[in-house]
Amino acid sequence: MNPKVPNNFALWPEQASTIAGAVDALYIFEILVSTFFVITIPAVIIYFCVKYRRRPGNMNPPRIETSKALEVIWSVIPLMIVMVMFFWGAQVFFRQQAVPENALEILVTGKKWMWKFQHKNGHREINDLHVPVGQPVVLKMASEDVIHDVYIPAFRTKQDVLPGRYTYLWFEATKTGVYHLFCNQYCGTQHSNMVGKVIVMEEADYQKWLGGYTGATPEQVGEELFTKYACNTCHLDSGSARGPLLAGIMGTKVAFQDGSQAVVDENYLRESILQSQAKIVAGFQPIMPSFQGLLTAEEVNALIAYIKSMPGSKAGTSQAHPPAGAPDAAASATDAAHQATNEQTESNDAATTNTAQTTATTTSDAAATTGAQQGVQ
Amino acid sequence: MNPSEIPAPYQTQARPIGDVAGLTEPNYLNATHGLKSWLLTKDHKRIAILYIITTTIAFLIGALAAALIRLELITPQGDLLTGDGYNKAFSAHGIVMIFMFLVPVVPAVLGNFLVPIMIGAKDLAFPRINLMSWYLYMIGSAFTMWAVIAGGVDTGWTFYTPYSTTTNTNVVSAAVGVFVIGFSSIFTGFNFIVTVHKMRAPGMTWFRLPLFIWSAYATSLIMILGTPVIGITILMVAVERTLNLGVFNPQFGGDPLLFQHLFWFYSHPAVYIMILPGFGIISEIIPCFSRRNIFGYSFVAMSSLAIAMVGFFVWGHHLFVSGQGNYAGVVFSALSFIIGIPTAIKVFNWTATLYKGSISFETPMLYALGFMGLFLIGGLTGLFLATMAIDKMVHDTYFVVAHFHYVMVGGMLLAYLGGIHFWWPKISGRMYNEFLGKLGALITFIGFNLTFFPQFIVGYLGMPRHYHQYVPEFQVYHVLSTAGASILGVGFLLPIIYLTYSWWYGDIAGSNPYKATGLEWQTSSPPPTENFHELPVVDIGPYEYSEFKEDSLVHPR
Repeated sequence: MNPKVPNNFALWPEQASTIAGAVDALYIFEILVSTFFVITIPAVIIYFCVKYRRRPGNMNPPRIETSKALEVIWSVIPLMIVMVMFFWGAQVFFRQQAVPENALEILVTGKKWMWKFQHKNGHREINDLHVPVGQPVVLKMASEDVIHDVYIPAFRTKQDVLPGRYTYLWFEATKTGVYHLFCNQYCGTQHSNMVGKVIVMEEADYQKWLGGYTGATPEQVGEELFTKYACNTCHLDSGSARGPLLAGIMGTKVAFQDGSQAVVDENYLRESILQSQAKIVAGFQPIMPSFQGLLTAEEVNALIAYIKSMPGSKAGTSQAHPPAGAPDAAASATDAAHQATNEQTESNDAATTNTAQTTATTTSDAAATTGAQQGVQ
Repeated sequence: MNPSEIPAPYQTQARPIGDVAGLTEPNYLNATHGLKSWLLTKDHKRIAILYIITTTIAFLIGALAAALIRLELITPQGDLLTGDGYNKAFSAHGIVMIFMFLVPVVPAVLGNFLVPIMIGAKDLAFPRINLMSWYLYMIGSAFTMWAVIAGGVDTGWTFYTPYSTTTNTNVVSAAVGVFVIGFSSIFTGFNFIVTVHKMRAPGMTWFRLPLFIWSAYATSLIMILGTPVIGITILMVAVERTLNLGVFNPQFGGDPLLFQHLFWFYSHPAVYIMILPGFGIISEIIPCFSRRNIFGYSFVAMSSLAIAMVGFFVWGHHLFVSGQGNYAGVVFSALSFIIGIPTAIKVFNWTATLYKGSISFETPMLYALGFMGLFLIGGLTGLFLATMAIDKMVHDTYFVVAHFHYVMVGGMLLAYLGGIHFWWPKISGRMYNEFLGKLGALITFIGFNLTFFPQFIVGYLGMPRHYHQYVPEFQVYHVLSTAGASILGVGFLLPIIYLTYSWWYGDIAGSNPYKATGLEWQTSSPPPTENFHELPVVDIGPYEYSEFKEDSLVHPR
């Protein structure tokens, strides 16, 4: 089975996602506005050029005085038109960006010069991406080397894929078929071969296709890595507790030694694994080695999947975007304290007391450095 | 050139009315002789000539790379160039055209020649620094060309990290080149600003300044404020490459998006560095060939300053899909729309200037009219890219390539060609062949549209830029583009040929062949080394065509 993208001459790209119509409508609106100006302004210019061409008797026209009224009119009317474009465009853009709660998560790794996809049950594929129709899908994407970009013209959307952190691209396909997937951020020698296909299938067909795979899920792989790289010696309550406990950590707020704080999301976990010295949780020593270069992007994905699946986690699949902005320091620190209290029931007493104390210390630290607090990375 | 080389018929030609000096009389071209007198000159006009030669060579090199790109893209397969070869070709095209041609060309050539004469000064405020700018340009260009020749660079002109900090091509040499050329820009801008402030002739008040000066002034502000940022950013790339310092590469703890922010903080305003002087040229040509004072002088002048200022706050529209926060995107989108307004004001004012004028269609005017049509399309398609939802679709596709070329070639390059034709009689003292001039303008206009209009369509279809090979359904559009590019090539070669010819063999132009009002037309062609035989005194505005008498000069000498 090797489906091909239909190869036809076209003037207009195929619409195959729920957002495509909205983008096209806006695009057509702007084409109409532009066409209006591209016809009328040159028409006026040509009319003037003919009517007022140089002729005997028309050699020395008089001065013309500026009309302030005209200047205002041709400033304000275009301003109103572009503001319509702005609000309309922003509104559709937020639809393109806001990942639905129930979106099916697929892991994407960009690498010179191929796309690797991994489905929920661990099924992997390269350059081909099978997705169900009529179901929101979110691609959780990271790059192993330089910046890439997933671009699916039929879905009217694209997103850069960064080496430093996760980015997300969602879509809901509206018809089955095969569509282009291009790498749209220049990435070197084989950039133009970093091309894949999106194969949109009926839900039942997709499940059947997925069912062909019986290997390990990302969570299982992650659990093995967690032991293999000895993460468990510091980060599990059965271990030495030299690092923060990870069960249920997704979505909670943590306070750092420098007084700043963040909500734990996938990007924070990723950074903590690869750049372990970037943010040190208050009350802990910066003793964790960096795993940059030791773990592949897929292994990081697996570890994060495992951390999210740890008992006590309430994180869903769509905990994709960090909330915008951080509330004030004291309130957040209090939240963190609550969180710690919640964990108390499941943790051993000594460790929890330790955590609670450090959180209390941080509250005063944070209050002292409110001005220095940073937004969520 | 030597006066004795001038063909005999011209030497005996009757001097046109108002001409104070024929070519045999002392002027900046024949004042001194020898290579040394050119390479060590402090005369802003001679430095402008040096720039004409060097930027034209840069243009030809960039055009050669473009030809390779277009030839490769006739077929969907990669058959003419290898993947790396193609990447180096488009990088060479971008780096050479942007940093060695588009950014410097109008300020360095026409700005250098005209800024002092237009304000009635003898030279720029710092003639030696002006010469140093040219040498910096040459040194920087040498580094850049070395990078291109000795193995090439494959980062594109944007040098995006971490690709640029990890590729094994000549990034450091190109980066040093861009860094040094940057200083040439900074010094030129600095020179212009001081000159405009301190060296205006008696009576040349701020609102009597020609609009070309206003736009050169606004451009200079951007050069001074923006160029240091690109300089240090690109140097950081070089440092990261050589010392593995983690600034942009996440492997060493850097942030790749930081580079994009810093890069576009300069490079978006740089787009205005490229186009603002073009606006200035158009604002000179249109009044002259419609015998009309410009409509809304102060609005056109102030819109240049508005563009220069707001231009510093729109860079984030290059990062809508890069992982920049959504709300940051909203702010950048709104500001990007707002910067469209001062641009629209200019177009409307130029159009209104034609109303009830006395319009004639010499070569410069044809370029100016062509500019208005093409720039209109370039500007309007900019609105599509400022619209976040549409940018999500067309970002980094051929839609952007088309938009950019409509602004930079259809806008800026046509304006430059219009300006070169307009002031050529002043620069060389000679007329070019008018028929060939009009033919060249027409060929360029047709070839340009055929090259770049199909790219809007193929861009919305999803053709990504920087693709060496592409899916077969896009081929029709690429064939059209390549056909157009061949025509465009003819349109560009033609002026180079007939202008060069006219330098030695053209008819004597006389001091004011187009009967224009600017101060630069009140002196002989070519002007004497000190620009004016007597210090001019200015008592009216720059575009008083209604008071222009055929046989007399407007400005008292």
